[in-house]
Amino acid sequence: MTPAVEIRDLHKSFGDLHVLKGIDLDVQQGEAVVLLGSSGSGKSTLLRCINFMEEPNDGRIRINGDLIGAERGGKMVYRENELCKLRTRVGMVFQHFNLFPHMTVLENVMEGQVVVLGRSKAEARDKALAQLARVGLEEKAPEYPSRLSGGQKQRVAIARALAMDPEVMLFDEVTSALDPELVGEVLKTMRQLAEEGMTMVCVTHEIGFAYHVANKVCFLQDGQILEQGEPHKVLKTPETSRVRDFLDGHSLFKLPD
Amino acid sequence: MQHTWNFASVFAYWDVLLIGLWGTVYLFVLTCVIGLAGGLVVGMLRYSKNGWISYPARLYVEVFRNTPVLVQIIWFFFALPVVIGVEVSAFMAAFLGITLNTIAFSAEVFRGGIQSIEREQWEAGKAIGMSYAKTMRRIILPQALKRMLPPLTSRGIEVFKMSTLASVVAYPETLQQAKLIASYEYNPIEAYTVVAIMFFLVLLPMVQLTYLLERRFGKSD
Ligand SMILES: Nc1ncnc2c1ncn2[C@@H]1O[C@H](COP(=O)(O)OP(=O)(O)O)[C@@H](O)[C@H]1O
Ligand SMILES: [Mg+2]
Repeated sequence: MTPAVEIRDLHKSFGDLHVLKGIDLDVQQGEAVVLLGSSGSGKSTLLRCINFMEEPNDGRIRINGDLIGAERGGKMVYRENELCKLRTRVGMVFQHFNLFPHMTVLENVMEGQVVVLGRSKAEARDKALAQLARVGLEEKAPEYPSRLSGGQKQRVAIARALAMDPEVMLFDEVTSALDPELVGEVLKTMRQLAEEGMTMVCVTHEIGFAYHVANKVCFLQDGQILEQGEPHKVLKTPETSRVRDFLDGHSLFKLPD
Repeated sequence: MQHTWNFASVFAYWDVLLIGLWGTVYLFVLTCVIGLAGGLVVGMLRYSKNGWISYPARLYVEVFRNTPVLVQIIWFFFALPVVIGVEVSAFMAAFLGITLNTIAFSAEVFRGGIQSIEREQWEAGKAIGMSYAKTMRRIILPQALKRMLPPLTSRGIEVFKMSTLASVVAYPETLQQAKLIASYEYNPIEAYTVVAIMFFLVLLPMVQLTYLLERRFGKSD
């Protein structure tokens, strides 16, 4: 089967700073992959390369078999409208929600459908309400985002991304900005998505989520994948001391024996 | 000092004042509308990442922001004809001075308003597949305009009052017409009192309207 995401020898630099140093990663369709790693290891950059919020300096990315960009003289070149189209296929959810404050919850979830996909208002509205129901927030449709709790905002952001019918969803530390008591509702929504077969790549420090939900865990270190594999292997019997130290630092979560 | 107030000597010239009021409103509407529209354009150019575009825009803004409108009007009236070899009317001189100045001012307001919107809003638009132009139009501008409204409306009020500067080149607006009446009737005290009251009566409801506007647009947050 074609992987939903296929990354080969991905490099990304910011000026002189070489952040990603040759990443190879496959995400199978319907798989949930969790990226772990300490701060600054390049997790966000990797995620942002998958939907081309950042343009890679080198390497190839295929989404469900489609090579993104065109090769010219050994280098990849990307056209802006190709990338806009790609971003409708790869949804992203941010740490700080980034809802549109001048639109209601419903309008937030309709916006991309109408303005980018060209769906009719009526169709977009039905889809938006269905996605809001999916994250349990149908009754908040007429509210403005400023009236919602952090957890609710994040679930609206998830609905906004889902409304585009993406093939892959990217989550970048989506619970890190939340009060502890609100983390659960967002993780539950993500877990439900994974169980429904959504292909997901998640950066998170929630080791419990990685253990129970992920099909694969990748540990990033200094712009490279240091270890990857099934969660019970990487999280319970890591091969390197680096990963062991990292997991010891997250002692709040006790893995079941 | 004893002064006998004689407003009848002013009101006898009501038609002259009315012409002045029309001149004021005419100048105001044109300078305000073109000044704001031009400001949006220059503000966008100023925001451009291309230095060949943004630098001239910046130069323009600095030149017109840092010279008095009164001096500009006089310059356009007396010096510009010498430079371009074409007569410049009193209206044109006043229009150019106030409009070019308003463009410079509102360009800064637009640029500042756009820059005040968090980078994350750009990212959110981009992440659902919006182009730069769509994000600007649908996400950034609506939020920025709301923040720009107070400085822009107070500039509008300012422009209305600035129209009196056109009297320096004898453009027939309200103040100029009052000057005329005063020179016929030797009643400057009454004539200028009437001018002040006329401006107050026109501007007071206008200012109330701007408050209403600001409240209406500030509803979502
Ligand atoms: N837009 C950028 N410009 C310059 N440096 C960046 C940019 N984004 C990230 N970096 C740098 O790249 C490195 C990896 O960052 P990031 O991918 O955000 O790490 P993580 O998400 O794992 O904490 C850091 O050193 C960070 O400072
Ligand atoms: Mg990060």
